[in-house]
Amino acid sequence: MVNDFLILMKQELVITFIIFVLLFVKLSNKETKNETLINFVNILLTLNLASGFFMSREGDLFGDMFHTSELLTLEKNLLNLGTLIISLQSYNWLKDHKHVPEFYILMLSTLLGMFFMISSNNLLMFYLALELSTIPLAALANFDLEKRRSSEAAFKMIISSAFSSGLLLFGISLVYGTTGTLNFIELRGHSTVIGMITSFTSTPLNIFAFILLIAGFGFKISAVPFHLWTADVYEGSPVAVTSYLSVISKGAILFVLVSVLNTVFSPLNGMSEIWYNLLFIISVLTMIIGNLFALRQQNMKRFLAFSSIAQVGFILIGITGQSAEGSASVIYFVLVYIFSNLAAFGVINLISAVTGRENVDDYKGFYKTNKGLAWVLAIALFSLGGIPPTAGFFGKFFLLLAGAGKGNYLLITIAALNMVVSLYYYLRIIKVMFMDANEDPIENVKAGWSPKLAMIICIGGIIITGLASGAYNYIYSLVK
Amino acid sequence: MNLSLLILVPLLTAIALLLVKGLKQVRTVALIGSAAQLILCFVLFYFYQQARANGNTANFLFEDNYTWYAPLNINYHIGVDGISISMILLTAFVVMAGVLVSWKMERLNKEFFFLLIFLSLGAYGFFIALDLFTLFFFLEVAVIPKFLLIGIWGSGKKEYSAMKLALMLMGGSALVFVGLAGMYFYSDVNGAHSFDLIQIANMNIPVEVQKIFFPFAFIGFGIFTALFPFHTWVPDGHSSAPTAASMFLAGISMKLGGYGCLRVATYLMPDAAHEYSTIIIVLACIAILYGAFATMMQTDLKYINAYSSVSHCGFVLLGIGMLTKTSIDGAVMQMVSHGLMTALFFAVIGMIYDRTHTRQVAQLGGLMKMMPFISTVFVIAGLCSLGLPGFSGFVAEMTVFMGSWEKADAFYRIATIIACASIVVTAVYILRATGKAIMGPTVNDEHLSLGDAGWNEKLAAGLLILGIIVIGIVPFLLKDLINPGTELIMQKMGAAIGR
Repeated sequence: MVNDFLILMKQELVITFIIFVLLFVKLSNKETKNETLINFVNILLTLNLASGFFMSREGDLFGDMFHTSELLTLEKNLLNLGTLIISLQSYNWLKDHKHVPEFYILMLSTLLGMFFMISSNNLLMFYLALELSTIPLAALANFDLEKRRSSEAAFKMIISSAFSSGLLLFGISLVYGTTGTLNFIELRGHSTVIGMITSFTSTPLNIFAFILLIAGFGFKISAVPFHLWTADVYEGSPVAVTSYLSVISKGAILFVLVSVLNTVFSPLNGMSEIWYNLLFIISVLTMIIGNLFALRQQNMKRFLAFSSIAQVGFILIGITGQSAEGSASVIYFVLVYIFSNLAAFGVINLISAVTGRENVDDYKGFYKTNKGLAWVLAIALFSLGGIPPTAGFFGKFFLLLAGAGKGNYLLITIAALNMVVSLYYYLRIIKVMFMDANEDPIENVKAGWSPKLAMIICIGGIIITGLASGAYNYIYSLVK
Repeated sequence: MNLSLLILVPLLTAIALLLVKGLKQVRTVALIGSAAQLILCFVLFYFYQQARANGNTANFLFEDNYTWYAPLNINYHIGVDGISISMILLTAFVVMAGVLVSWKMERLNKEFFFLLIFLSLGAYGFFIALDLFTLFFFLEVAVIPKFLLIGIWGSGKKEYSAMKLALMLMGGSALVFVGLAGMYFYSDVNGAHSFDLIQIANMNIPVEVQKIFFPFAFIGFGIFTALFPFHTWVPDGHSSAPTAASMFLAGISMKLGGYGCLRVATYLMPDAAHEYSTIIIVLACIAILYGAFATMMQTDLKYINAYSSVSHCGFVLLGIGMLTKTSIDGAVMQMVSHGLMTALFFAVIGMIYDRTHTRQVAQLGGLMKMMPFISTVFVIAGLCSLGLPGFSGFVAEMTVFMGSWEKADAFYRIATIIACASIVVTAVYILRATGKAIMGPTVNDEHLSLGDAGWNEKLAAGLLILGIIVIGIVPFLLKDLINPGTELIMQKMGAAIGR
């Protein structure tokens, strides 16, 4: 039993351990150097990442509240990898910050929440984990302590996320009212367990509950029409937090959508069509509106925020596929997205920490002064735009192919044309960096070893995960 | 013969370019790399002829098939037939010439040659691919280098042109993607879907499905080859690009589209091609006439050649749309011929511009006195463009017309006559530009001190002229090379028309 507990929850336990160590460091009187702390956390995160590849197996804990499997372990590992990359990138920003232990305590608490969320096997557990992963994020958004915009972002985030949590909770309580259970497995076999109701959708209350649930999730992944909080929060937060929000926190909810909720809702009697149509509409709206807003953004972070909204629209296409290929393509794309988006954020993070400049126009003539960084950003943007030979091309191709598997060619035609629109704004940044002249370009920035390492990981990931099929095949074998 | 060498050689050249420093080293590496490509292509040509002479009648030679993404049944499957070999040879000629004319490229030279070589990698990969995913992959690989080449080293409204080109070509590939996905999901190879070109060709996709997805694939590829009304990227892109990029764009990149229309759209979906052929012919005729008349109005040498490319690529589409054996032969020959001719034209315009710093016909005059070699090359390119016998242009266009005339219906006859008539317009604008810029009195006295071509420019022009004249004088070399390939397409087509 104890063995089971240790093996099944190994990732959660390591994260909890790090949090506690940091708490004690904070409580003790001794001054610890920031650099030491950052390196310590990075090493432990690396260990956790490595341990994720060993001895992972399927199992349940706490009376079916907690469920894990090899696939779920892999998903957690991907989030862990992303967090590690962000931590490496933020070195320049963090080493002069006054509250390093708090930063990590908050960030890792949200990571812990996401782990539990992925492993949840019960709507209540899911809700609990979701809250654990959102509330500390609001505090993190406030971490540029001197900036007014940062606290504004935190406020916007906490209020709107509280509202969406309310919706979600209301939906959950309605589901409980009609079905008498919150357990996913029982919900899945619902029509047989309770003989009275033959179809989940035959009770209008259930459809209402379902819409509330979708609104709650939609908010967390900032799908249109629940996306309006995103841009302001992304712009106000420190870059490290923005990248965490747009990659890790989004990735976690997408994982939950694809490997937990999709398996619960799509096979429900009478539900699959509603589920499909909802995803279809949300996906198209998200792509189009995200793209349109991204076209004219002047702030790099805001620009990436809207582009990441559009990316979510593409990812939802993979979920509509409702096949093993679809699920694998979503998880694969999130992996690619972690590499690509974090590579882009890495450069912006570094430039912002060293020079404080974040506008698109500031990047004019960037290539003249910072060749290496300009190429990193360019490759990241190509990958986000889906240009081969980067992994983004493969990711987008597989997502759209999975969507086409359903026979909905309208959806993939819209998506394919949307990719062209999105390419426009990615190329716009490339144009600014490589082609525009500037009298006052950003000076040459020297990256330390830590951000450099993060960029090498990201660029290596962008190039290798696409051309070599290993990552996709591995994910596919687990999904199947 | 391992075809992957065609990808490996440019890749190694590109990596080597990243490691060296300074213009001298960079251009040496680029020249060695492109020379290696050219030699490799001739070796490939030789082996191919040997294999055919030894009675190897397989549809595709030197096939290699590796599993890439097993769950989705995506393979890295390559192989060549005569059509691919003619395209590969064309690419090698243009790449070599392109590197030679960029010999004095000072600004960001490493990046420039890297992108040129990378672009050629995409083209080779596209021409040897026998798997639709691999083909699509290389098609898109070839787009972004163009954007950077035009945007960074271009002239005029370069950012606008670069963006327009990149977006229109990506729009084309988005349509191609939908077409490919449609074919994939209607293919059934032992219960699994497949991207394999040969397997899909053996399978006969239902006619109703073809009718839906053929327009996607054909228009998608058509955008690359200036299908009216999606040709608008051509004039802007070509005229803003630096010389070598213009040569690549017109010489290679537009051929990707023609090859795709033929190999993917028409070959895999013959019923739909038959069904839609009237529309293709009408669009092609509009492109031919419109392109020719638009060229009449141009005063900039690069715009003249760019608009005439629209017109000339119309012949390719006309040949494909007519769907007879001879006309498709003509379409392929026109692709090769136009590739060589237009690359030569852009190269020589680049040489003139480097010296006089103007491309306006009105500001040029009497160049024959100052630069006899360049002027002669200009005249040769012009005569080839207007289809003078002895040059490749005559052979290719003649074959297209012969093939078109085989169709007895009044509609096809009228279309052929319209297309033929455009040759007269071509003669007008070519002879006018040549007469004004090359012959005639000197307009600007400063031009009198200008020198003639250097060794690199002579070599580049010589290479391309060699190709033009060989095809012009011994056309059966090319005809015999592509014959098995076009026959294969016609077999499919014959079965479709019979249905």
